[in-house]
Amino acid sequence: MVAYIVRRMLLAVLTVWAISILSFIIIHLPPGDYVTSYIASMSASGSAVSEGEAAALREQLGLDQPITVQYFKWMGLTLRGNFGMAMEWGRPVVDVIGDRLSLTIVISLAAIIFTWAVALPIGIYSAVYRYSFLDYVFTFVGFIGLAIPGFLLALIVMYVGFAWFGANVGGLFSPEFAEAPWSLAKAWDLTKHLPIPAIVLGVAGTAQLIRIMRSNLLDELRKPYVMTARARGLPEHRVILRYPVRVALNPFVSTIGYLLPYVVSGSIIVSLVLSLPTVGPLLLKALIAQDMFLAGTIVLLLGVLTVIGTFISDLLLMWIDPRIRLGRQ
Amino acid sequence: MSGDPVAVQETASADGATLSGGLAKGAGSLAEQRIAVATQWQLMWWRFRKHKLAAAGTIVLALFYLVAAFADFFAYADPQDSDAQRSLIAPQTIHWFDEGRFAPYVYALKGTRDPMTFKRVYKPDPSTKIPITFFARGEPYKLFGIIPADRHVLGVEGADTGKSLFLMGTDTQGRDLWSRLMFATRTSMTIGLVSVALSLVLGVVLGGISGYFGGTIDSVIQRIIEILRSIPTIPLWMGLAAAVPSDWSVVQVYFAITIIISLIGWTELARVVRGRFISLKHEDFVMAAELVGCSKSRIIFRHMVPSFISHIIAATTLAIPAIIISETSLSFLGLGLRPPAISWGVLLQDAQNIQALVISPWLLIPSFAVIVAVLAFNFMGDGIRDAADPYL
Repeated sequence: MVAYIVRRMLLAVLTVWAISILSFIIIHLPPGDYVTSYIASMSASGSAVSEGEAAALREQLGLDQPITVQYFKWMGLTLRGNFGMAMEWGRPVVDVIGDRLSLTIVISLAAIIFTWAVALPIGIYSAVYRYSFLDYVFTFVGFIGLAIPGFLLALIVMYVGFAWFGANVGGLFSPEFAEAPWSLAKAWDLTKHLPIPAIVLGVAGTAQLIRIMRSNLLDELRKPYVMTARARGLPEHRVILRYPVRVALNPFVSTIGYLLPYVVSGSIIVSLVLSLPTVGPLLLKALIAQDMFLAGTIVLLLGVLTVIGTFISDLLLMWIDPRIRLGRQ
Repeated sequence: MSGDPVAVQETASADGATLSGGLAKGAGSLAEQRIAVATQWQLMWWRFRKHKLAAAGTIVLALFYLVAAFADFFAYADPQDSDAQRSLIAPQTIHWFDEGRFAPYVYALKGTRDPMTFKRVYKPDPSTKIPITFFARGEPYKLFGIIPADRHVLGVEGADTGKSLFLMGTDTQGRDLWSRLMFATRTSMTIGLVSVALSLVLGVVLGGISGYFGGTIDSVIQRIIEILRSIPTIPLWMGLAAAVPSDWSVVQVYFAITIIISLIGWTELARVVRGRFISLKHEDFVMAAELVGCSKSRIIFRHMVPSFISHIIAATTLAIPAIIISETSLSFLGLGLRPPAISWGVLLQDAQNIQALVISPWLLIPSFAVIVAVLAFNFMGDGIRDAADPYL
């Protein structure tokens, strides 16, 4: 068990390290460095940066040193929670990202909860009543759900909302709460706005999960122990829910590992269409304005959060699955 | 092909035991013979044909690639010909019959100025009919870049086609959406192929090494795959795509985007290849080849690869839709292909503004192309995957 946790933890650390290198590459890919774009943005807003200031800034950021040294300097700053300045905003990156990052987490979690809540019962139903009418319906809907990219679904939902109901279904808050400080009323307002983004984000994953759950459970239902349970006269719902479903659930839990990056990924682009105040629109803006420190930090933080989420799902899996807990692979 | 091999396979799989009557029995044994001597590919083909959705998907994809290959022919107007005067014209309806005769025509469009908004609005003018002809002469173009031609699938008589025919309406800059969609299909459908080819090379080489040799190199490659799969791809792609210099030509951007997408997309293919290598490594025929003294490359390419190439084809087909969605998403955000390039994502950029979309919903038409193509690839891939193991 300890070996398992250590192994997963090492992998998580390795992944974070790989993400940090990728983010660093993203920051450094465009021509010019942070200071040139800083000067450009400052002169665009009317205040000039002197040669001396620029040189001092370069030295402080270590831009005159070899790229590996720059990487370690950047990592050092990042680890201490100093992500640099968001140029366009003239504020530290942390301030700009803060709330948006937590909202990204909230939306991703809501999408995953939706995915589970829908995929689990439908998957069980589809396996138990295989080839029934509803099974075909779910399969068909699932295929469509898989084929529609998240942003298109968001567009269609927005269009339908506007054209048929005359309502703006985008956003996460009603106008009166958008700038308000956090309160119980605001949290409730958020909860009311959550379902649509959660559904839009969760549909593709749900379709996949239904198929996984269905085939897992079908494999289990064929096993002799199910027949034994029936032969001993257990009521049907107990036969199914108590044993095969529990076994079939394991791969289900382990799918969070890939569901999470997928959902976080999707939340970026869906947020843009539904104009949700997550890090998505911020990332796009930063990339277009070539504010690479902000962009790189967002990619880094999203990656790290995903890794943490995956690690938690690994622990959850261990808790559910005694085979892993007891050290057998 | 004579007879119906699909039905034949059905009866044969029942071992002929359930068949009754001398005639049917004779047919059963004939079928068994055919199954026995059929090649692996024949068996797969028979199995694949039974999968109705897969067959439908294949036909749809064939049509899409037909459009991709002959986009210049299917487009009747210049996709870049913009005219602010003609912006956001609604799709025209084709009237197929004129006074009981088959003579397709559209009504001419008459532009008037809206007295309230001073915007030009186009209304069909029922007094002027413009006849449509098939295989009409129009804009000259070079088929496949070499053969000069000027025939298009549609044209109008007595007027300039580009200025009077708008089957799917026009976009905000007055460009004909139908013609743009034809060219977008070419870009988006080929970007899937090019990208999947790159992913395939990476996936087969790394997956093959991983599966065949095992040991340390296997665990290193597996960790790399795990790491890549646990990173949210879209932010990463956005970051990489934003670094593509803005002065690059359309072709350069096209290849940059393909490379960026396939750099992360190869992992699934590598996983399939590795799994196949591992499961085949201990098969008797591989050991036999080893004992006879075959070289490693002969064992891999002559004995192992042919027996799982069908699985690779299936995995490849299933990888294409994800790539198409990636390209469309990136271009939609303005970080992928950029105008003047035309792809489904570029076309959908126009649909970003929800107010514009409500007034001119036809801007959403390209999204159907995306959905249909992705569905078709999924169905075809499923069919191939089911058929990949004909002995199952």
